[in-house]
Parts: sequence; structure tokens; C-alpha cells
Amino acid sequence: MSNVLFDAPGPRARVRHRYIGAITLVAVVAIFAFILLRFVETGQFTAEKWELFTIPFVHAKILEATIATLQAFGLAAVLSLILGLLLLVGRVSKHRWISVPTYLFVELFRAIPLLILMMIMYYGLPPLGFSFVTPFIAVVTGLTLYNGSVLSEVFRAGIESLPKGQAEAAYAIGMSKTQVMRMILLPQALRAMAPVIVSQLVVVLKDTALGFIVTYQELLYLAKFYGAQPNYGSPIIPSTIVMAAIYISLCLLLAGVAKYIEVRTKRGPAKNIRAQQLVNEAA
Amino acid sequence: MDTLLNNLDVFVDGFALTIQVFLWSALFALILGTVVGAMRVSPVAPMRAVGTGYVNLVRNTPLTLLMFFFAFGYPKLDLPSVSYTTLAIFALSLYSATYVAETLRAGINTVPLGQAEAARAIGLTFGQSMSQVLMPQAFRAVIPPMMSVFIALLKNTTVAAGFSVAEAGAIRATLSERGEPAIIVLLWVALLFVLLVAILSFVQRKLENGLKVLR
Repeated sequence: MSNVLFDAPGPRARVRHRYIGAITLVAVVAIFAFILLRFVETGQFTAEKWELFTIPFVHAKILEATIATLQAFGLAAVLSLILGLLLLVGRVSKHRWISVPTYLFVELFRAIPLLILMMIMYYGLPPLGFSFVTPFIAVVTGLTLYNGSVLSEVFRAGIESLPKGQAEAAYAIGMSKTQVMRMILLPQALRAMAPVIVSQLVVVLKDTALGFIVTYQELLYLAKFYGAQPNYGSPIIPSTIVMAAIYISLCLLLAGVAKYIEVRTKRGPAKNIRAQQLVNEAA
Repeated sequence: MDTLLNNLDVFVDGFALTIQVFLWSALFALILGTVVGAMRVSPVAPMRAVGTGYVNLVRNTPLTLLMFFFAFGYPKLDLPSVSYTTLAIFALSLYSATYVAETLRAGINTVPLGQAEAARAIGLTFGQSMSQVLMPQAFRAVIPPMMSVFIALLKNTTVAAGFSVAEAGAIRATLSERGEPAIIVLLWVALLFVLLVAILSFVQRKLENGLKVLR
């Protein structure tokens, strides 16, 4: 195997690589061993600290919290896709009185940190008379405004990456602007951008964890609640491990879907640097 | 306006800490990310595996969860006690390092193989071809996306506010004790963040135009 950085290794390099490989493995094992040792020495693996997580009632609670996380994610994902499409339509409009405000809206909501957005909803609005704002509404609205803006830019990057001839040919056969967008550009852009769009949905899923800070009762909220039970030895580390396992599995699952689509459509997100940059900026 | 001017001390302290946390995390993320990125492109298989494992695992972990572990779990491990701010910097660095690593890797991959082959063909040594041919090109391709990573990092510093770090995201909590209306305070915080992000985006655009590689 040969690439930009190095040639295919010869016999001496192969021996050297074997040594370096062994050292790497030893170093990684040492780091893990150190962390595990700290866990063992501070009694994180004692039965007392894990007993709590054998109770069926606790299982039911964890399931409830997982569903709460998924509910916020699911609703926010659907709404941000819809908002993203609406903003895209506004952004490419020929009327400046539509496209300029849309541009400002998108840039504004991409720049405000998501947590601040959620705080504005949760702490800022109720005193103004919007007393119906629950943590759930704050989380979903924040996620939607932020990710909808990001997704609209991703869609736009997808449309701009298409060959000019696509739109020109469509206009030439007499299609209207709406038809060109709906029947020619969007289907191709969405297809090309599918892996990036799903990556952005992974960001949505990860960011539902911010709900913890605005008191939405999701997995981390439960982790803190059970971690502070003195009768079970305040098992904050075991409870973090349990919730982390659930959270990370969900994210890995969704990231796996993104990878699957990427392999199937053979159009990696690396091909569209602009779109990848947008997702990185939002992560 | 009064809300901002009457509590300027809180705003200045908050944003000063935010910028401090941002700079330290950026530095550590850059160092760790470079190491991980180098592992991802190294010829040694176990190094590549470790790099890939790290990136895939941490990228799919919510930052809030990482901070949660550092803020609540770390103190239970009988390790040297450090401030919440330092713990937040750890979490932010570990998280952002994965994005730095991927950006570096993508940057190196933009350099066509022919460049390296041509460099070797005219007799440049490994060091020369790295420093004269490959790295200058990779560097240019990396800078704009790297700025995106830093913009994300700047916005992510606010998460630390949920874990006892008195940075910009925590200004609301401090000022609610002084009886200031939350919405005004938060809108000011949001506006200041928009300004900071705008500065970074401006620098990014300048660099992007200055460093463009025409192929």
C-alpha cells in the first residue's frame, strides 16, 4: 500500500512498524488499565453500587428516559428537515425581500450557541407570558431553529454542487423555476447530500443531551438522579456508564446508517467539502 | 442597554473565561488532534486502528455526556483534584480533537498522489518532499475547515455553564440573582456570541481567499 505520505514498506520498515505497533498497543492497554484500576480502587464495581440497576422499576424509568430522548430527537429531526427546506426555498428566491431576511435568519441561528437558544426559550420566554414553554418545547424549538438553519445551508451546498447544465436543460425544455427546483435540483441534491444530512441528524441526537442543562428529563437527568442515591452508595459513575452506553449506542447506530448510505450511494461527504464544513461547524 | 452596562463586570468576567476556556481547549485539541490525525494516516496498522476507534467513539458521544462524566465522575476517582474549569477544558479538548484529527486527515487526502511521486522522481528526500511539496498544499486545504472546528468549539464552551463553570453561558444564572430579566441578559449573551463567531468567520473567509489552491 502506497499513498501520498509513504511508499509501500520494505522489510526493514515492516519490522520497525511491528515494533511501533506493539508499543502503541501497550500504551493504549496501559491507559485503559489505569482508568479501570482507578474504578476498581475507588469501588465503582462493587455490587452495592450496581444493585440499583437490577431493579425492574429502574429499568422502566431508564426506558422512559430513553423514549424521552428519542421523542425530542425525532420531533426535532423532522421539524428541522421541514424548516431546512422552507429556508432553502426562501434563500434561493429571486425576490430580495425574501432572500435577504432568510439569509440573516440562517446566519443568526447558526451563530448562536444552541444551549443559549434553549435557555432563551426556557428561562427567557415564560416571564414574558409564554408560560406554556416546557423543557421539552424549549429543547425541540432550540434544536429545530439551529439545525434547520444548518440543514438549509447543507441543501444549498448540495444544489450548488450539481452541474449547471441540469438547471439549464430543465429551463430549456420549458420548466418553471418551481418545477426545476422540485423535479430536477432537489432530488439530486438530497441524494448527494444524504450522508451529510444523516450526519447532521447524529448531531441533533447528540445535542438532545443539552436538554439536561435546561432540566429536560432525559437520560443524563436520570443519571444524575440515580447517581445521587445515598442508599446505594451514590453510584454516579455506574449510572453514567449505563446512560453513556445507551446514548453512544444510539448515536453509533445512526452514524452507521450514515455510513451505509454513503457506501451505497458511493458519494462520500468528503466530496462536498463545503457541506462537511457546515456539519463540523455545527457539531 | 442598562442590563448590559449595569452588570458589565459579570459580562466581562463571563466572556473572559469563555475566551480562556476556548483558547486552552483549542490548543490541547490541536495537539491531541494532530497526534490522532497522524495515527489515522500512519502506515502502522495498530496505530490506525486506535486512531479510528478513538474518533468513532468520541465523535458519537454527546459533549454534555463527556462533561457530565468529568464534572461528576472524575472527583470520585481519588485523582488530583482540579477545578471545574480545567475539567471542562479536558472534555472540550477530547471532544474537539476528533474533529481536528478528521480535518487534518481530509486535508492530507486532498493532495494528489502524483505530487508525492513527482517529488520523489526529481530526487527529493522524504523530509524535503514533506516540507517543500506536501505539507504546504495540505496546510492550505486544512485552514478553512479547521476554522469551522474552532467556531464549533467556541459555541460548545457554553455547555460548561451547565457544570459549574462561570463562563458566558452562566451569566444568566448570576444575573437572575440581581433581578435582571432573563430574556434581555440572554439576548445580550447571544449577540456577543454572534459577534465572536462573526470575527472567526471573517478570519476564515480572509484565509480561505488567500490560501486557495487552484487545481
